[in-house]
Amino acid sequence: MANPTTAGSAGAPPPKRNWSLRSRAVRGVLYQILALAVIGLAVWFLAHNTLQNMRVRGIQSGFDFLTQPAGFDIGELMIPYESSNPYWMAFLVGLMNTLRVAIIGIVLATVIGTLLGVGRFSHNALVRGLCYVYVEVFRNVPVLLQLLMWYLVMTSSLPGPGEARSLAGLFFISNGGLSYPVPVWGLGQGLAVAGLLAGAVLAWLWARRARTLFEQTGLPRPVLWPSLGLLLAGALAGWAIGGAPTDWNVPVPGDFAVQGGSSLTPEFLSVLIGLVLYTASYIAEVVRAGIASVPRGQTEAAGALGLAKGQQMRLVVLPQALRVIIPPMTNQFLNLTKNSSLAVAIGYPDVVSISNTAINQTGRAIECIAIIMLVYLSTSLGTSALMNWYNKRAAIKER
Amino acid sequence: MSDTFQPIAPRPAPIRTEGFVPWAKANLFGNWASSLATVLLLGLALWWLPGLLNWVIFKAVWVPKVDQCQAAREIGACWGVVGEKYRLIIFGRYPFDQQWRPLVATLAMVGLLVASCIRVFWRPWLVLLWIAVMALFFALMMGGFGGLSFVPTDRWGGLPLTVMVATLSIVLAFPLAVFVALGRRSKMPAIKTICVIYVELVRGVPLISVLFMASFMFPLFMPPGMTIDVLLRVLVGITLFSAAYLAEIVRGGLQAIPKGQQEAADTLGLSYWQAQRKIILPQALALVVPGVMNNFIAIFKDTSLVTIVSLYELTGAMGLALDSDSDWRPFKIEAYLFITAIYFAFCFSMSRYSLWIEKRLSVSKNR
Repeated sequence: MANPTTAGSAGAPPPKRNWSLRSRAVRGVLYQILALAVIGLAVWFLAHNTLQNMRVRGIQSGFDFLTQPAGFDIGELMIPYESSNPYWMAFLVGLMNTLRVAIIGIVLATVIGTLLGVGRFSHNALVRGLCYVYVEVFRNVPVLLQLLMWYLVMTSSLPGPGEARSLAGLFFISNGGLSYPVPVWGLGQGLAVAGLLAGAVLAWLWARRARTLFEQTGLPRPVLWPSLGLLLAGALAGWAIGGAPTDWNVPVPGDFAVQGGSSLTPEFLSVLIGLVLYTASYIAEVVRAGIASVPRGQTEAAGALGLAKGQQMRLVVLPQALRVIIPPMTNQFLNLTKNSSLAVAIGYPDVVSISNTAINQTGRAIECIAIIMLVYLSTSLGTSALMNWYNKRAAIKER
Repeated sequence: MSDTFQPIAPRPAPIRTEGFVPWAKANLFGNWASSLATVLLLGLALWWLPGLLNWVIFKAVWVPKVDQCQAAREIGACWGVVGEKYRLIIFGRYPFDQQWRPLVATLAMVGLLVASCIRVFWRPWLVLLWIAVMALFFALMMGGFGGLSFVPTDRWGGLPLTVMVATLSIVLAFPLAVFVALGRRSKMPAIKTICVIYVELVRGVPLISVLFMASFMFPLFMPPGMTIDVLLRVLVGITLFSAAYLAEIVRGGLQAIPKGQQEAADTLGLSYWQAQRKIILPQALALVVPGVMNNFIAIFKDTSLVTIVSLYELTGAMGLALDSDSDWRPFKIEAYLFITAIYFAFCFSMSRYSLWIEKRLSVSKNR
């Protein structure tokens, strides 16, 4: 504890320092020195043992292995990679795979979780009950078990790639994964994306203008439909200027595999579905708690002011609920990212799985585990920094 | 003034607000959207339920006979796999003829957990009971005395391992968590920094990296020639991991105690530790019981990860029981559903208890 006697008013004479063991300040300093010494000794002890063990067993250390060829193939690539590439590229592939499943997972889990959380307040008893049962079932079963089960369903219950099950002749699902059609990328598609962006900018400008007009005149202007219209018009215009291409790369079932289109592997699908369904149950609870934290009087007061149901939700309830929701929601995003490390159990090549292979091949356990920890620490810190920034924006602005 | 009595018209009977029909009117057909949802959901149920019920109950095979299960594939579940393999799933690789020992040990442990949930038993002697039951658990599991054969820890598995790892790591993590939480609120900069770094570092990485560390790096940390049992290493890893999370929960409880309590304790002349022990912690720890319970549920579920570092707790034991048996392997999904039910039973009852105790503890706050 700091010495409370040092806090005195400016005019008072400085209190005399008492260097006896009875002084709290002195003991505080001693405790701190002691704690640091114990920790330092422990670190030295562990490091000393480690170095000695490594010398005895002939284990090499250092990060130089990162530039050596990895020598193993990876089933899932977002950047070009082959087994003769160095280890650091393998780790990069793993990192990209982790981020891919985490980002898509966070978006999907937020959407599904929010729907489920709002569903708990439905006027319909069946919807309410269904959301409750979903949350309780998915929350109370280990996520690893869920991942393993989804993987089992994907690989053993689905037919082989030769007789893939078709959905509308466009999507094919088999134990080799899900194939889906993609547009053949060309000028038209590029212009369509550009048009979409232009539409988004116009929509944003209109939303600002509508707000200014509303504040000046008090007359509400429609925002949602004109914005959607602008987006659609932009995309369509770009597409038409580019020559209105209609070429799609549609998957075709073959004798042994589905050809063409783009595809997702069963490993990716099971990790994604497992993580999304598990995290959605937690997000549903977060959203439910957030909405429940807004007193009913707020809704009633908004109604008394003449706001419509949608306006009550958008202008009064949601801004207050968001303040309660954001911090635990951040935790759930971080949990999803960290849980994506369980992908190692079903062979999805995320960063943990790549590290595991690298440890087995090179024996550089310390370095590889350090890489895993660094990756997750930096993603965790990055996500919380982003969410803290958003949280500050949503927090109460006190005047 | 007329003498004849003119009764006013009788009031209509009040609208029934209780019973099934009014309830259904309000809750199932309140407006057109609600009615639509009801009709859609009932339609889905009619479409799905017969097949599902057939698979789960009516067409399912309940006897452990492989040929019957094979005949019923895709039509009915094969619950026979549970009857055939349940001892391997629940007790893992523990010697088959000795499995009464983990059974008794687990029952004692679960009984202790249940007793610890009842407020009447929150007495000092509960600590002694904990020590006794823990000693009993390890003595029974390990054996090696009085006619009980010695069973090394790598043969332990299944539900006893799950319950033991979860319980022991929370119990050991709790005191550490209290110290770290106090340290994080301390005004001594060095101590505070150490605690903050520890908590944030551990909370930033996934449990699996901690387990990897326990399994790959821990042997390097020890003096040469000294080996430590893998179960112990994993226990240390999970304990350090859950202590960081528990510390944040405890810190939440400490923050909820008004500053006046500490000031009053100072005024009475209590030392720092006296104030914490007699004034602050009793109030703060009562507040965090639901949070600790939720953390216990999380750790209970997370024990399934130790299967990745080859300790065969419930999930791992199930894989072990079925993967080596090509006859029964096709019915793995039924075995998965069986252990899912076990996990669910444990976690759901604990979360109900957590809700209940939360209400009980806030009774004194409600006016």
